[in-house]
Amino acid sequence: MALSAEESGRLAGLLTSHADRVMSRWVEVAAGSLRGRLSQAELRRQVEDLHRSMVGTAEHGPLHLDGEHAAELRAVLADLSRGRARQGFSATETATSIFALKDVLLEVMEADAGESTLRDYVAYSRLVDQMGLFTFETYVRTRESLIADQAEQLLELSTPVVKLWEGVVAVPLVGTLDSARAQVVMERLLQTLVDTSSPYAIIDITGVPAVDTQVAQHILKTVVAARLMGADCIISGIRPQIAQTIVALGIEFGDIATKASLADALRHVLRLTGVETARRQPRRDR
Amino acid sequence: MITGVDVGQPQTQAIRSDEDVVRVRQLVRTVAVAVRLSLVDQTKLVTAASELARNTLVYGGGGSVEVNTVDNGLRRGVRIVFADSGPGIVDLDLALTDGYTTGGGLGLGLSGARRLVDEFDIWTAVGEGTRITVTKWSR
Repeated sequence: MALSAEESGRLAGLLTSHADRVMSRWVEVAAGSLRGRLSQAELRRQVEDLHRSMVGTAEHGPLHLDGEHAAELRAVLADLSRGRARQGFSATETATSIFALKDVLLEVMEADAGESTLRDYVAYSRLVDQMGLFTFETYVRTRESLIADQAEQLLELSTPVVKLWEGVVAVPLVGTLDSARAQVVMERLLQTLVDTSSPYAIIDITGVPAVDTQVAQHILKTVVAARLMGADCIISGIRPQIAQTIVALGIEFGDIATKASLADALRHVLRLTGVETARRQPRRDR
Repeated sequence: MITGVDVGQPQTQAIRSDEDVVRVRQLVRTVAVAVRLSLVDQTKLVTAASELARNTLVYGGGGSVEVNTVDNGLRRGVRIVFADSGPGIVDLDLALTDGYTTGGGLGLGLSGARRLVDEFDIWTAVGEGTRITVTKWSR
């Protein structure tokens, strides 16, 4: 798939002798598909970088995108692709900026067509395809790593363990409780129980939209693990629709204390620990 | 037993991963809200869908789900069809028994899902796959 030495040489010559025309047309064609979401100056700079590294690589002998001396070209392409991925451009918009070079090459080569023009154009076209696919791959990889980062951040964010009272910690669960999150929740809770030497933990499921058997099983396991460590767990935030669903499903929480709201659960724990809560007497002079 | 006729375009979702189970829940919730199921019925249907979608993934090796709005002349409802071409269920009665599981779960998914919906139909053949159709009607 590599360009031969002569083809590379001719490509370098073509790109150098028509440098201005190639770049300005490239910017024009590429800008069309970006619909003005990238500034002309920025696009111009990217095209100039690409042009420079392509000429540099082509002058070096047979051009092969996987080759050693094409490292700079690959770096420029990857850079452009990563930038676009982070700026929110689609994969198509990103790759089209590269494919635009085909139109430009056709225009330039048509002007002085010779014997080898068609063969050259097919070879260059194949090279541009490779470059386009390379940006595509980099784009996908960048997006995947972005998503993985976000998923990790979300996991961190969504499982706080808070201290509600002396000896009482709470885990407000929000969203979907899949196996990975359940594991994080359990680890955090057990660690916090040790760190704060709390005998009580409240698991609040107000923010969990649906409690199916998997969610219930995760909660039950967490409760059992906490018990092994000597802590009592209370499950709070069981809304009417969740309660009815749990009954229909046939899930049994056994002797685990459950409450409708976090406030009820806290009051329950305070009573167990002997803390009296009372409203202050209204003062007479008011 | 399946009653009522499908109205509208069915929406389909492939079940290939845990994330797809979440998507199924969201899809079912959207349709349930559109049909104006009560909050309790919405929650029941979404939970049943969650159980069956996970069964499709875990035991059926993945498959697809089709959600549609149905009408029986008096009421509207939501119909969901879960289909996989997995190993099928050898002993259906046993599989529908509370507490029976081969996968380390609570053993309430299939039997519980049946209690959560109004209509429940299951077709299964060993080596061919399983197809479960459930319907929840608005009140």
